[in-house]
Amino acid sequence: MTGPSAPPDRSLINTTHSQPFLPPAEAKAMPSADRLARLFLLPLGLFVLAFFLLPMVRLVAVAGAGPNGAWEYLALITNARHFGTLIATLVLSAATTAVTLAIGVVVALFLGRNRFPGQSALVAMLTLPLAFPGVVVGFMVILLAGRQGLIGGLTQQMGMGRLVFAYSMAGLLAGYVYFSLPRVLVTLLAAVEKLDPALEEAARSLGASRAQVLRDVILPGIAPSLMASGAIAFATAMGAFGTAFTLATRIDVLAMTIYTEFTLNANFASAAALSIALGLITWGVLAATRNLSGDRVAAAG
Amino acid sequence: MSNNHTPGAAITLVGCAKTFADGTRALEPLDLAIAPGETLVLLGPSGCGKTTTLRIIAGLESPDAGGKVLFDGADVTRLPIEKRNVGMVFQSYALFPNMSVVENVAYGLRVRGVAKAERLARAGEVLEMMRIDALADRRIDQLSGGQRQRVALARALAVRPRVILLDEPLTALDAALREHLRAEIDGLLRRLAITAIYVTHDQAEALALGDRIVVMRHGAIAQIGTPREIYFRPADDFVAGFVGVTNRLEGAVRGGRFETAAGALAVEAADRAAATLAFRPETAQLCVAAGSGLRFRVDQVHFQGARQRVLLSAADGSRIVLEAAAEVVLSAGDEVGIALDPSRIALV
Ligand SMILES: Nc1ncnc2c1ncn2[C@@H]1O[C@H](COP(=O)(O)OP(=O)(O)O)[C@@H](O)[C@H]1O
Ligand SMILES: [Mg+2]
Repeated sequence: MTGPSAPPDRSLINTTHSQPFLPPAEAKAMPSADRLARLFLLPLGLFVLAFFLLPMVRLVAVAGAGPNGAWEYLALITNARHFGTLIATLVLSAATTAVTLAIGVVVALFLGRNRFPGQSALVAMLTLPLAFPGVVVGFMVILLAGRQGLIGGLTQQMGMGRLVFAYSMAGLLAGYVYFSLPRVLVTLLAAVEKLDPALEEAARSLGASRAQVLRDVILPGIAPSLMASGAIAFATAMGAFGTAFTLATRIDVLAMTIYTEFTLNANFASAAALSIALGLITWGVLAATRNLSGDRVAAAG
Repeated sequence: MSNNHTPGAAITLVGCAKTFADGTRALEPLDLAIAPGETLVLLGPSGCGKTTTLRIIAGLESPDAGGKVLFDGADVTRLPIEKRNVGMVFQSYALFPNMSVVENVAYGLRVRGVAKAERLARAGEVLEMMRIDALADRRIDQLSGGQRQRVALARALAVRPRVILLDEPLTALDAALREHLRAEIDGLLRRLAITAIYVTHDQAEALALGDRIVVMRHGAIAQIGTPREIYFRPADDFVAGFVGVTNRLEGAVRGGRFETAAGALAVEAADRAAATLAFRPETAQLCVAAGSGLRFRVDQVHFQGARQRVLLSAADGSRIVLEAAAEVVLSAGDEVGIALDPSRIALV
C-alpha cells in the first residue's frame, strides 16, 4: 500500500498498514478493493447462476429421459387427460384474474374515494388473507361451501337443497380469488389514490356519466396497475397448489397433476414436462404484460 | 362560432354557504347575481373560498341546506355537474393523458353521442379558433404549458356551455405568457358573449378581465364592483390593500375639509373625528411650487425611465408613494405639494 518512496519510518509504515483507510492510502486502495470484490463476486455469480439454472436444466433432462424420450414434451397436447388439465388450469386462472380484477377495482374505487370511520381497520382486514397459505384458504372454502358448509346449511333451510360447490370449479375459483384479492387490492388502491380527481371532474363537466368516466378516465388511468396486478393474479392461480390440493377432488389443475405424477405415479418425465409447460406459460404471460405495460411485474405465490 | 353558441346563462346564488364534512366553514351565506354574458372575477387571497364558490356553481359541491343555485331562473341546486352544461378549466388543466389533443376537445361531444365526423369537425373549428389546429394529433405530454392551457379552454368551449368556469387558469404559467393568454382569453370571452366566472388571486388579472370583480375574504364578499370601482373606491382597507398599492393618510373631517398632518384638503363628507384618506400612487399630482393643500418631504426617488417613483413623508412621519413624470427633477429633502383628483380618492 505504501509506495517505495515512503519514508523508512517504522511507526508511519505501521500506521498506514493497520489503518488502510487513511485518506492518502484510500485513493490507492480503491482499485484493488474493487478488484477484490470482483474476485468474490465471480464465484458468487457462478453459484447463483448454478442455483437458478441447474434445476431447470435438470428438469429439461428428466423430461426428455423418460420412456417416451423427447416426445414427452408433447404429452401435454397428445395426452387427453393432461390437455384437459391444461385447459382447465388456463380457464380457471383467466377467470380468477377477471373476477379478482373486477372485485378489486370496485373495492379500490370505493375505499379510495370515501372516507369513513374504521376504514384503515377494514383495509387491514382485507389484506388478512395474505397471511394464510393456500391450504388454509382451501380449508376455509370447505367450511363455507363444503358438504357441512355454511352456505349449504343456509340454502337447505331456504328449501333449495344443500348447495355444495367447494370441490367444483366454483369452489376453486372462490379460493383462488380469495387468495389473490389482497395482492391485487393493495396495488389497485395505491393506483386509485394516485389518480387526479380533477380528471374525473373534467370528464363529468363535459357531460360524462359514471360509466363513461370509468371507461374513459379511471380504467385508462389505472391500466398499468391493472396489468401488473392481473399478471400477478394469473401467475399465482397458474401455480397455486395448496388450495388446489385441499379442494381439487373432482377437477385437476396442472400443479396437482404434476404432484400426482411424480409422487403417486413416479412418472418423473411426465411431471418434469408438465412443469416446464407450466413455467413457460406463466413466464410468457408475465413477460407479455411487462412489455405491454412497461412496468415491472413480479410473479408471486 | 359566436352566433351558434348557446347564449350565456344568468346565474344566481342565493344564501349559498358551505361547511365541509370536517367542519371547515369555507363560505358564509353568499348572494350573487351574474348577468348573461358577463365576465365575473372572483378575487381574493388563497383560502378565501373562491374555488368553493366556483365548485358550487359548477355542481361539484352542494351548498349547505338553504342555499340555492339558479341558472336562468331554474333551480339547479340538485342537478349534478354532468347535467348542468358548464365548461370548466382547471388550474392543472386536467387534460386526459390517454387521448390526443383533438380527442380531448371532442370528448364532450363524444359523450353526448355526436357522430364522429361531426364532432371532429366541431372540435377542429374550436382548435382553429384557439389557433392550435396544428397540434390536433399531439399527445398531451408533448405540449407546452401555454398550449395545454389553450387545449383546456378549447375542450371546455367545444360543448357550447351556458357558462364557463375558470379556476386560476393562468397561475401555472410564467409572467410573459400569462399576460399574453390573459389578453387572448379576454378577447375570446367578449367575442363569444358567454357567461364566465374567473377565479384568480392576481389583482392585475382581475382588473384586466372582469366586467365586475367580487373581492372575497374569509368566505364572504368584501366588495362587488367594476374594476374601476374596486381600484379607485375600495370599500375597506382589506380591498384597498389587496388591489394594488394604496396610500393612506390618517386624519379627521371638519367642515368639509379633511385635515391631516400634511395639511388640509376639501372633501365632500360629513364631519368625522377619525377618517382615512386612501388613494393610488398614480392618482396624485406632484406640485413643486409651494402653497398646495398637502405638503410632504421627499425621502427617496427611483428613476424608472418614463416615470419615477417618489417616496414621501408627511410632518408626522406618515409615508406615501407617488408616481411622477420623469422630467421633474427631485432629490431627497425637497419640499413638495400634492394635488388629488377628488373623484379618485376614497375616505374610509
Ligand atoms: N374538501 C375540503 N374539505 C375541507 N376543507 C376544505 C375543502 N376544500 C376547501 N376547504 C377549505 O375551505 C376554505 C376555502 O377553500 P377554497 O375555496 O379552495 O379557497 P381558494 O380557492 O380561495 O383558495 C379553505 O380554508 C380550505 O382549506
Ligand atoms: Mg382555489
